[in-house]
Amino acid sequence: MGRSHAGRNCGDYGEVMGMENPSEPPGTALTPDEWRGKEIFFRNFHTKFTYSWDTGVAIGHFLEALKGGKIVGRSCSGCNRVLVPPRMFCELCFRPTDDWIDVLDTGVVNTFSISYVNNDASRREQPLFVAVINIDGASPGMGFLHLLGEVDAGQIHVGMKVRAKWKPAHERTGAITDISYFKPSEGL
Amino acid sequence: MRKVAVIGAGMTKFRHRMLETGRELSFEASRAALDSARMDIKNVDSVVLGSAPDAFDGLHMKGEYLLDGAGGSGKPYTRVYVGGGTGVFIPAAAWWHVASGVSDVVLAVGEEKMSPLQPHPQYAFWSIFDQFLERPLGVTLLWIFSLEMRRYMSVYGIKEEDIALVAVKNKGNAMDHPSAQLPMRITVDDVMKSEPICTPVKRLDVSPTSDGAAALVLASEDVARKYTDDPVWITGVGWNVDTTFWTNRDLCYPEYVEKAAMMAYKMAGISNPGKEIDFAEVYDPFDYKELHHMEGLQLAKRGEAPKMTREGVTQRDGDLPINPSGGLLGVGNPIAAAGVMKVAELFWQLRGEAGRRQVKKPVHRGLAQAWGDLMQVGTVVIMER
Repeated sequence: MGRSHAGRNCGDYGEVMGMENPSEPPGTALTPDEWRGKEIFFRNFHTKFTYSWDTGVAIGHFLEALKGGKIVGRSCSGCNRVLVPPRMFCELCFRPTDDWIDVLDTGVVNTFSISYVNNDASRREQPLFVAVINIDGASPGMGFLHLLGEVDAGQIHVGMKVRAKWKPAHERTGAITDISYFKPSEGL
Repeated sequence: MRKVAVIGAGMTKFRHRMLETGRELSFEASRAALDSARMDIKNVDSVVLGSAPDAFDGLHMKGEYLLDGAGGSGKPYTRVYVGGGTGVFIPAAAWWHVASGVSDVVLAVGEEKMSPLQPHPQYAFWSIFDQFLERPLGVTLLWIFSLEMRRYMSVYGIKEEDIALVAVKNKGNAMDHPSAQLPMRITVDDVMKSEPICTPVKRLDVSPTSDGAAALVLASEDVARKYTDDPVWITGVGWNVDTTFWTNRDLCYPEYVEKAAMMAYKMAGISNPGKEIDFAEVYDPFDYKELHHMEGLQLAKRGEAPKMTREGVTQRDGDLPINPSGGLLGVGNPIAAAGVMKVAELFWQLRGEAGRRQVKKPVHRGLAQAWGDLMQVGTVVIMER
């Protein structure tokens, strides 16, 4: 490889870190040329795992409700909260939750972002509007992540009132994407 | 509980892509820490190692993969993991080994090799999200940071320019760190004009992905006094994890960081952290996180960390230096190694060995903090000399 090993034999490292002109800490940085030019040996590997997740009791019911065009939460009589997303137990009271509650398909933008990247850090051609929506009928501050649509980037703001844009009933599959996005529910 | 000292620290360079394997990086950092403590592996009773998601390396059983490089073979060995909070949790877990009397000497190692995953390490974070409610939307880790940054700005009326000052400071501080990956002299304007990634997050608001390792040697009081006249003590540790339902919490304030800090402050007998902590290494994977965490740590009032930053309080020559190392923004962010780097910086600063990074005022007590998972974990270590 023709590179010296910038290893531990470069002195008393604990003191080295503190010296005015410290010697090289150990470790050999690869330059982009070495990496892209494959001047060192690489072993490439690709794998694919396939999963089939049970949606569970709480989220399974939530997704079933979405398929029917409704958003549901779970109530806890211990802390008097309506939990969205629903769960079969309350993490604060640590007891089973009590009842299914129909909440509304409207809410308020808690926070938002305009995303220019995909999940592999590549750039998107069209930015995606993402938000945490506090759902009306759930306890204050409770909601979930979703997308925003039918709105210009410059119009989105924290506190914006929104309503779910549902997919047509025959296209719904019992998934979070049965809601296409949330859109402004009143004049901006 | 027994008193616990830190008697050695070492780290590798932090770089986007290193030649060495994670196992080799772990060895280099561990050997450097032992050399600085003037110890050998035979003196070490047990080893605590931390590393973040296995998906970066594509190696499950990563703790065992790294075992030999971390000096753990044939010893009581533990891998700990709390996402980005791991780095500061490692010395906390090592601390309880010594404080409890289980071990006299513990090697604490943080390792991360993020570069193997193609096309970008960012992709691994996809697997931390809820598989029913979040992944189908195309979620990325950058979303949750941008959503949290927006919420923080919105609730307290904070400007992006004020947040950018943190990136300017930390990347500038890193100019003096020999391991640093992104030391830079930049301006607020450079940050503001850098490419938008997920608004309000821009390219220069973010720390880089990195390869690297860092290690510490912890010892009981009687052992520490044999090896050094001048030990640095761990006087407080704290950790806390809030609900994973992150869309049910107000992201403007990290309550779990407050709870972790209070646990550590109580142990260290600190009642007024803003006055009693001399300097801090606060978790800064994004520039706004430094401000957010200063508030959670009670080093600033809610919404007022930007003002302290603007006034120069958090500079190396300020009243409360924050991230004199250069932080994750400047030194780099090999996740678990970055947290250990912060605790190593406390060690070097408290011993007056930080060279050009040495903060101006005399320092006797420092705090290091990390954060992670789905914006839900705080980890804190307090050290004194």
